[in-house]
Amino acid sequence: MVNHFTLSMFNRILIFLFLLQSFAFAQDIPQKPNPPRFVNDLVGGLLSQGEINQLEQKLKAYYDSTSTQVAIVIVKSVQPYDISEYAIKLGRDWGIGQKDKNNGVVFLWAPGDRKIFIATGYGAEGGLTDAYSKRIIETVVKPNFKQLRYYQGLDEATNSIFKYLSGEFDAEPIEEDDWGLVIFFIIFFIIIGLIFFGSKGGGNRGGGFVPYTTYTGWGSSSGGWSSDGGSSGGGGFDFGGGSFGGGGAGGDY
Amino acid sequence: MNKSTLIIVGILLIFGMYGCSSYNGLVGKDQDVKGKWANVQTQYQRRSDLIPNLVSTVKGAADFEKSTLTAVIQARASATAVNIKADELTPANIQKFQAAQDQLSGALSRLLVSVEKYPDLKANQNFLELQSQLEGTENRIAVARNDFNTSVQGYNSSALAFPTVIFAKIFGFAEKGFFQASDSAQAAPSVKF
Repeated sequence: MVNHFTLSMFNRILIFLFLLQSFAFAQDIPQKPNPPRFVNDLVGGLLSQGEINQLEQKLKAYYDSTSTQVAIVIVKSVQPYDISEYAIKLGRDWGIGQKDKNNGVVFLWAPGDRKIFIATGYGAEGGLTDAYSKRIIETVVKPNFKQLRYYQGLDEATNSIFKYLSGEFDAEPIEEDDWGLVIFFIIFFIIIGLIFFGSKGGGNRGGGFVPYTTYTGWGSSSGGWSSDGGSSGGGGFDFGGGSFGGGGAGGDY
Repeated sequence: MNKSTLIIVGILLIFGMYGCSSYNGLVGKDQDVKGKWANVQTQYQRRSDLIPNLVSTVKGAADFEKSTLTAVIQARASATAVNIKADELTPANIQKFQAAQDQLSGALSRLLVSVEKYPDLKANQNFLELQSQLEGTENRIAVARNDFNTSVQGYNSSALAFPTVIFAKIFGFAEKGFFQASDSAQAAPSVKF
């Protein structure tokens, strides 16, 4: 009886510890941002808003031309995990890179630990080898970060990453093309419809102008939709579900 | 043809259909484990391939301890001798494989520790790149092992649970082994920068 009691107590403690651990882990790896962004400063105060926007635009432009997703993530600390483990888990959880190319790169920076890690997706390992990642950290990131030139460090590091990955990946077929086609068809059918109804409506000159008014109306609503997309701040893309296999290198400064 | 024959035929039909779906499920999981195993082997192979380069670089350094080097070379030879086919992933085999590889990890970490005593080696660009490659490989091994374990867990929990276990026994799907976290794995080359 006593034995049974202690056993169940033990089990409860085990379950409690397990829950505690899983809770802690869930807290430590941040959730994928919504809308997704390439620059994720979860600490704040290290970069100005202008600098963040500049980096974001640069990484977005790089993504648009090469489909490669390079994400900068700044977290306070990765404790108690190894920074490589943390970076790989984050890259996998967020799905950085395209699913079929696995061309994601995570630049993880933990200012609280003074540590940096560049994690490369399976597909990016070929261009951006571990030795190159290491070289970027040693020769570009460290000297800048030691002088508190954080923006320069990140800016130059991303340039070096682009350099090593250049020619590895092509742009994805842009989805906006499909949208363009859809919009074209919608407009086409509206015009056809209006011409049809307009000609049915007695053929007066006023009816002829109907398409213009409706078109403007539709156009303004389209403006509303696109401004929605714009207000989501650097959105307009999603992480593609790329996976990571442990490539990359890290260091502390 | 009476009622009871119909019932028996019905039961046999359901049993057969269930057996088919269990079989297909096990085949899928078995393939997944095999794929993950291939990746584990690739990553260990990659480490093994880096070693000759590392050894020759370290050898170039003045009066580097011979015993540390030979330990690495020997451990590498015995680790590459243990080769396990994807069809033979029994717990005993996995243990054997792990023991051999962990021995190599231990020898490598001793080598990297002793490098600390050679400043000119630590400043050698070639060595530094090898070191980062080696560390990246250790990370890849860790990820591959982890993925393999997850896959084996999925497989084992189907192959050993009732009622799938009946079909697993009939079709010969045996329990598979996975990697244990070992003391020497903790001591795998963790390079300080």
